Amino acid sequence: MLRIVDLVKQYKTGDKALKGVSLEVPDGQVMALIGPSGAGKSTLIRCVNRLVEPTMGKVFLGDIELTRLSQGQLRRVRRRMGMIFQEYALVERLTVMENVLSGRLGYVPFWRSFFRKFPQSDVDEAFRLLQRVGLDHMVDKRADELSGGQRQRVGICRALIQNPGLLLVDEPTASLDPKTSRQIMRLIKELCAERKLSAIINIHDVLLAQMFAERIVGLQLGEIVYDGPPEGLTPDVLTQIYGEEDWEATISKVEDEDEEGGAA
Amino acid sequence: MSTTTTASTGRAWKKPPFIKSPLLRWSLIVGGAIYLALAFGTMDINWSRVADGFPRGQRFISSFFPPDFVSRYGDIWDGILESLWITIISTVVGIAISIPVGLGAARNLSPRPVYLISRAILAISRTFPEIIIALFAVKLFGFGPFAGFIALSIGTIGFYGKLLAEDIEDMDPGQAEAVKATGAGWFQWLNYAVQPQVMPRMIGLGMYRLDINFRESAVVGIVGGGGIGATLLTSFDRYEYDSAAAILLVIIAIVMCVEYSSSYIRKWVQ
Repeated sequence: MLRIVDLVKQYKTGDKALKGVSLEVPDGQVMALIGPSGAGKSTLIRCVNRLVEPTMGKVFLGDIELTRLSQGQLRRVRRRMGMIFQEYALVERLTVMENVLSGRLGYVPFWRSFFRKFPQSDVDEAFRLLQRVGLDHMVDKRADELSGGQRQRVGICRALIQNPGLLLVDEPTASLDPKTSRQIMRLIKELCAERKLSAIINIHDVLLAQMFAERIVGLQLGEIVYDGPPEGLTPDVLTQIYGEEDWEATISKVEDEDEEGGAA
Repeated sequence: MSTTTTASTGRAWKKPPFIKSPLLRWSLIVGGAIYLALAFGTMDINWSRVADGFPRGQRFISSFFPPDFVSRYGDIWDGILESLWITIISTVVGIAISIPVGLGAARNLSPRPVYLISRAILAISRTFPEIIIALFAVKLFGFGPFAGFIALSIGTIGFYGKLLAEDIEDMDPGQAEAVKATGAGWFQWLNYAVQPQVMPRMIGLGMYRLDINFRESAVVGIVGGGGIGATLLTSFDRYEYDSAAAILLVIIAIVMCVEYSSSYIRKWVQ
């Protein structure tokens, strides 16, 4: 699905955020990207859809080399990559429905989107998705009237209505409480399974990463220092990623994962 | 822990000064004081003329009363209508032109050359007050409301374009990024990510500019730009202070109307 080869990003300030990262995400895999703040997690996923322009290296989505596309071609390929954001990044003064439908902007011509005349199939899909995440009664609410968990679900709908093959998820739970965080992560995981999506999930929370991802990649100072299954995260590995700390309490017993069913 | 706290008792703390270098700080303070003293010292106030002014002012104001709405009714009505015409047309045209200029002058939207050109346009139209532009416009197009309309439109571009650009520069980049990530085109991105963020403030500012333009239309009229200002000037020239008072009252009433309705509209669009 996604192949990243020797990706380097150097910001204008001279900071090297990524120092030659290579990574492959197969079809349908949910991968968590962990690491301390400033490790380059956000930069890495933004280099994939080129919200941040990589300095060197290549990114392939299937057979398409993203790093060589013109702006117009890039727009078309961005439709296949749904993105979910840390602070939800909903357009606050638009309604829930407008926010969800904005995921279709890459598919509809300007005038249709301007007059909010989206094709009926898009509207149907939007209702279906909102129903799936339990928000179909909120359609005409303005996005800033929703709670954090509700906003993030709208964000998920916006990403999914693009009909993407890959989800780029940037700290989806950073501003949510622990219970909502779990519900959101479970929802993302379920939806990826339903739609056979690959996903890269940036996440601070090691425990959540272990609970919901099938593969963990640890990033430290722009380099991959761990790539393996969730069970492989030993205190030694975490020390390597984050630095010296008492890690025993952080490492989960993967059994106590289910507590509130599929309520999300 | 306890050893460090006992070790530091009695340690003095003062808020760090705003200007670090004491030499610079004190020379600014002393220099400012000297300048103010000199400025007041050289200001030449002729107290006997000030004293003369008060009774003259009293006579002037008393000749305003009672305001006379009736004898120049037709002129006042025509003047108001013309002023309202100038106000509305110049606000609409000014805002319409300032939208592309404002977009160009937002650093987070435009490439460098477009940014510089747009900023230059804004700077030029903001350099001259409306009354100076009106003087030029009267020279170019002759007396009448068209000159007033040109002057106020140019004034509106500078005002509205600059504030629009600044508002766009202050928008939340997260929302803009999210819409861009969906593969939206540039105009779609403007419509879905930028416009909702700046719209309420821009409607409020549009109302505010309408208010300014109405008041300015009176000023611009005095130099030949038509409208209620021209009527006001005529009544002063004829020493018809009671009619002038009526005109001033009408201007105040209209400005208050715009003021109340604009604050209402602003609350409603938020």
